Amino acid sequence: MKKLLLALASTAAVIGFASAAAAQEKAKVCFVYVGSKTDGGWTQAHDIGRLELEKALGDKIETQFLESVPEGPDAERAIERLARSGCGLIFTTSFGFMDATIKIAQKFPDVKFEHATGYKTAPNVATYNSRFYEGRYIQGVIAAKMSEKGVAGYIASFPIPEVVMGINSFVIGARSINPDFKIKVVWANTWFDPGKEADAAKALVDQGVDILTQHTDTTAPMQVAAERGIKAFGQASDMIAAGPKTQLTAIVDTWGAYYIKRTQAFLDGKWETTSSWDGLKDGILTMAPYTNMPDDVKKLAEDTEAKIKSGELKPFTGPLKKQDGSEWLAAGASSDDGTLLGMNFYVEGVDDQLPK
Amino acid sequence: MGIVEAILLSVITAATPLVLAALGELVTERSGVLNLGVEGMMVMGAVCAFAATQITGSPYLGILAGIVCGAVFSQLFAFLTLTLVANQVATGLALTLLGLGVSGMLGEGFLGMQGIKLQPIAIPLLSDIPVIGPLLFRQDIIFYLSIALVAGVHWFLFKSRAGLKLRAVGDSHASAHALGVNVIRTRYLAVMFGGACAGLAGAQLSLVYTPQWVENMSAGRGWIALALVVFSSWRPWRLVAGGYLFGAVSISQLHAQAFGLGIPSQLLSSLPYLATIIVLILISHNRRTTLINTPASLGKPFVPDR
Repeated sequence: MKKLLLALASTAAVIGFASAAAAQEKAKVCFVYVGSKTDGGWTQAHDIGRLELEKALGDKIETQFLESVPEGPDAERAIERLARSGCGLIFTTSFGFMDATIKIAQKFPDVKFEHATGYKTAPNVATYNSRFYEGRYIQGVIAAKMSEKGVAGYIASFPIPEVVMGINSFVIGARSINPDFKIKVVWANTWFDPGKEADAAKALVDQGVDILTQHTDTTAPMQVAAERGIKAFGQASDMIAAGPKTQLTAIVDTWGAYYIKRTQAFLDGKWETTSSWDGLKDGILTMAPYTNMPDDVKKLAEDTEAKIKSGELKPFTGPLKKQDGSEWLAAGASSDDGTLLGMNFYVEGVDDQLPK
Repeated sequence: MGIVEAILLSVITAATPLVLAALGELVTERSGVLNLGVEGMMVMGAVCAFAATQITGSPYLGILAGIVCGAVFSQLFAFLTLTLVANQVATGLALTLLGLGVSGMLGEGFLGMQGIKLQPIAIPLLSDIPVIGPLLFRQDIIFYLSIALVAGVHWFLFKSRAGLKLRAVGDSHASAHALGVNVIRTRYLAVMFGGACAGLAGAQLSLVYTPQWVENMSAGRGWIALALVVFSSWRPWRLVAGGYLFGAVSISQLHAQAFGLGIPSQLLSSLPYLATIIVLILISHNRRTTLINTPASLGKPFVPDR
């Protein structure tokens, strides 16, 4: 029985060795994924980045990855195994790997680590993140133009700063066009549950929203939007296949350039601890083609994107008030990154009570 | 369509897979076998149904494939626990892990494909009744099957001779064996029925609820189904009540959030579990009837020649 269980368990923890032809001299760059590399969203985006890295630097490095690594004690084991097996640079690609990464990094001072979306660094641990909220601002602008009722539905996952920041940015973008624009927020309290995400989408549509946006991982909300004949935004990957006549645009994570840049620095011996938080202009996120909208809205969206890229437009710029009406940012003042990364309040115009 | 009808329609869609999977497990447990692999069998049903539908173009063949996959997959559990007398709890958990892994592998080629939705069938005359017509008689075949199966299982367990034997096996396999009932065969069949129902529930997920395939798409529904069986004290109609109550509160809490009632979302999210537990505790407060309904041999291995 024990043997059987072991066999089953090892089948369940799928281990992928990216490169079979292991050249002795090549440096090893390794990745730890929280989901399956074909999840159609977050992890898939990281894996596409890994493949781009292989393509660009394949003659100097080889890559290896572990997928579906649960956050928690298992993560420590997975990261340690990679560190022991000779990986020189390890990317851990989920917020929940933060403490595990720091702990293993202390044990292996000669290995370099990069942790996605976290905030803890060490002499051999860097962090990297993407300014997803820039894309949300553009979505808000489009939503305000496209919605007849002036109400959008927002399917949120967990009340962490990343998600709250996205909601605020969406609302600020929408209100820059229509000052009366409203959003209804539903917290699914999950990243991944197609059924629940679809239920949340149905609930929002039944209550009269005519635009949907989501900060959860599956295409289920896009499907509901398509079925009900309203428009929606995709998340993490281009979801146009799920709604060819529905998707307005999507925020697409594109990590490849960052992985190449950092690996090159590692190979050159110039790797340093950094906290990178790049945005649209750096190409770490891109907008899927603007579709299913009139030309003038498309033009406006493209202009907004260009302004964000040039630095002319910063989504979190005053005058802005908090939800309770108190002053947050004076006219012309922009929020600092620290406030954004710890964001735990709504801006004015969000019709929801932030879960504490 | 009013908001109440809209909510009820979503509730039916959300509750059907729970009721189906739980119903299968109920029969399995009534025969004295505890199969914790519901989640794994369900997700296998989902991937098979989706794949078969994509290949053949017919969601009905998809449903069939889901049922067959669930049933076949359950026989692995049956062989290990009934013939080889392995520990049921450990084997059931392993079945869930295996199902999640294998379904991911099988489904890799079907990721991101546009699903084919199972279309509803309107029942003549009945579907024209205001309010309940569109709700109950303009549904897909899996919903009709779920209700028919509940009625069928109730009749089978409490009105038929074969059902009496199955309950006898679950209550005291030694006595049933002494009376000449083939305990192992009965349990094999009960496990297979459980697998078929879980497979059908999985088919509902990938053909009706969210017509698409993504890995691990059952997202814990198999575990909720398992809990429903216990809280329903192994009675089919109570199980329906529990399943629909759970669905109703899950959907209502989403509407409450969208409406902006200002109740903390974490509390709302836990409401379905709380409400279901409370109501089922209330309806099963009579300890004696609960004890009578609990299969006494549940989870105990049976070796015929002992």
